[in-house]
Amino acid sequence: MWLWFHKLASPPHAYRVLGKLAPWFGWPALATILLATWWGLVKAPADYQQGDAFRILYVHAPSAWMSMFIYVVMAIAAAVGLIWRIKLAHAAAAAAAPIGASFTFLALATGSIWGKPMWGTWWVWDARLTSELILLFLYLGYMALRSSFDDPQRADRASAVLAIVGVINVPIIHYSVEWWTTLHQPASVTKIDKPSIAIEMLYPLFIMIIGFQLYFGWAISRRLRGEILRRERNASWLKEAR
Amino acid sequence: MRRAATTAAANLVFRRDLTLAWRRWDEVAQPLIFYVVVTTLFPLATTPDLSQLRVISGGVVWVAALLASLLALESLFRSDVEDGTMEQWVLSGQPLGWLLLAKVASHWVLTGLPLVIMSPVVGTALGLPFDAWGALVASLLLGTATLSILGGIGAALTVGVRRGSVLLSLLVLPLAMPLLIFGSRAVGMAMDGDSPAGPLQLLAAIFFLTLSLGPLAMSAAIRISVES
Repeated sequence: MWLWFHKLASPPHAYRVLGKLAPWFGWPALATILLATWWGLVKAPADYQQGDAFRILYVHAPSAWMSMFIYVVMAIAAAVGLIWRIKLAHAAAAAAAPIGASFTFLALATGSIWGKPMWGTWWVWDARLTSELILLFLYLGYMALRSSFDDPQRADRASAVLAIVGVINVPIIHYSVEWWTTLHQPASVTKIDKPSIAIEMLYPLFIMIIGFQLYFGWAISRRLRGEILRRERNASWLKEAR
Repeated sequence: MRRAATTAAANLVFRRDLTLAWRRWDEVAQPLIFYVVVTTLFPLATTPDLSQLRVISGGVVWVAALLASLLALESLFRSDVEDGTMEQWVLSGQPLGWLLLAKVASHWVLTGLPLVIMSPVVGTALGLPFDAWGALVASLLLGTATLSILGGIGAALTVGVRRGSVLLSLLVLPLAMPLLIFGSRAVGMAMDGDSPAGPLQLLAAIFFLTLSLGPLAMSAAIRISVES
C-alpha cells in the first residue's frame, strides 16, 4: 500500500515523478500569485492607518512564512536522511536551502522597505528582525558547510546535523513578538484567537501564501531534479531519462 | 561497573588534556592575549573617553570573549582526529558524548575560565563600573561555558576542513548571538542599577539546554567526521 511512497526514495523514479509534477505546481503558482497580487494591490481596502503602503504585507508576510517553513522542511529532510540514510532526503535539503535563503532575504528586504515609511527606519535591532537575520546566517552557514567538503556523504551528514541544531531558531522567530516588546507588530493570524486583521485583507494574504507554497513546490521539484542529475551523473539510468 | 568506567574514562580525558596543555601553555595563553588586544582596539578606534566607552564596555568585553573563544575552538578536536585517538573513542563502547564533554570541559578550563577571570580587568579598562563586575563575571561564566559546547559542535562538524576556523566561526556565531544579547544585556542592566537576574536566568537556561543536548549533537558530528 505504501509502495508509491517507498519508491520515491529511488532517484530515477523520483526524477520522473518530479518532472511530471513540476508543471502542476508551476502554472497554478503563477496563476495564484497573479490573482493574489491583483487582489492585494487593487481590490483589498486601504488600511485606515497606513493607507496603501500596507500592501507590501502581501509579499512580506508570505516570504517570512516561507522562510521559516522551508527551514523546517529542510531540517526534517535532513533528519530523515540521517536516520534512515536516504540520500534523496539529503538532496532535497540541499535543494531547498537556496530557496529558503532567498525567501529570508526577501522577507528582510521587503520588511526594511516597509519599515522606512512606517517606522522611520530601515532597520531596528528588535527580537524578530534579529532572529530572522540569524535564520539567514543559518541558511548561509548550511550552504557554506555543504560546499566545504569534497566527500559528498560527509557533506550531506555534517550539514544535516547543522540544520537540525539550527531549527531551534524557528520557534524563537515566531514567538519573539510575544516574548519581547518589539517594534514589529505581534501575530495577527497564527494565534489562538480571532484574527486581528480585517477579513477582506486576509483573503489575498492566504491566496498569496498558497501561491508561494505552490511556487516552492515547483522550485524544489526543478532543483531536486538538478541535484539528482548532479549526484547520479555517472549512473546508467540517466542515458534513458527524459 | 560500566557506569564507574565511564566516569573514570571521562576523568582520564579531562586530566590528559590539562596535562597536555600544561606542557604547551603558550598555546593556552594565546587566546587570552588576543582577548586583551581586541579590547584595546576599541578605545583606539572610537574614543579614549571613558564615560563614552562605558556605554559599550559590556558589549565590547562580550564580543572580544566570543571571538577569542572561537579562535581557540578550531584546534579542539583536530589533533585527536588526526592521530586516530578519536576513532578509538568512537569504537571504545563508552558513551561518546561523555568523553567529548570531558574534552570540552578541559578546553573551557583552559580558555574560557581565564577569559572570565580577566574580564573585570579588561572591563575596567573600558570604564566598566565596579557594580557591574558581578553581572559581567556571572554572564561570562555561563556564556563561555555554553559557547564551549556550541563551539564543540561546530568544531566536530568542521574537523579537517581547510580554512576551517572561518567556517567554524560562521557556523557558531549565529547560534551564539542569543548568548551575546542576553550577556551584554545583563551587564547593561547592572550598570543602570537594575537587577540583572532576568538575562542571567535566561543565560542559565540556555546553558542547561546546551549542556543536555550538545553532547548528543557533538557525538553525531564526530561520528560523521571520523567515519567519512
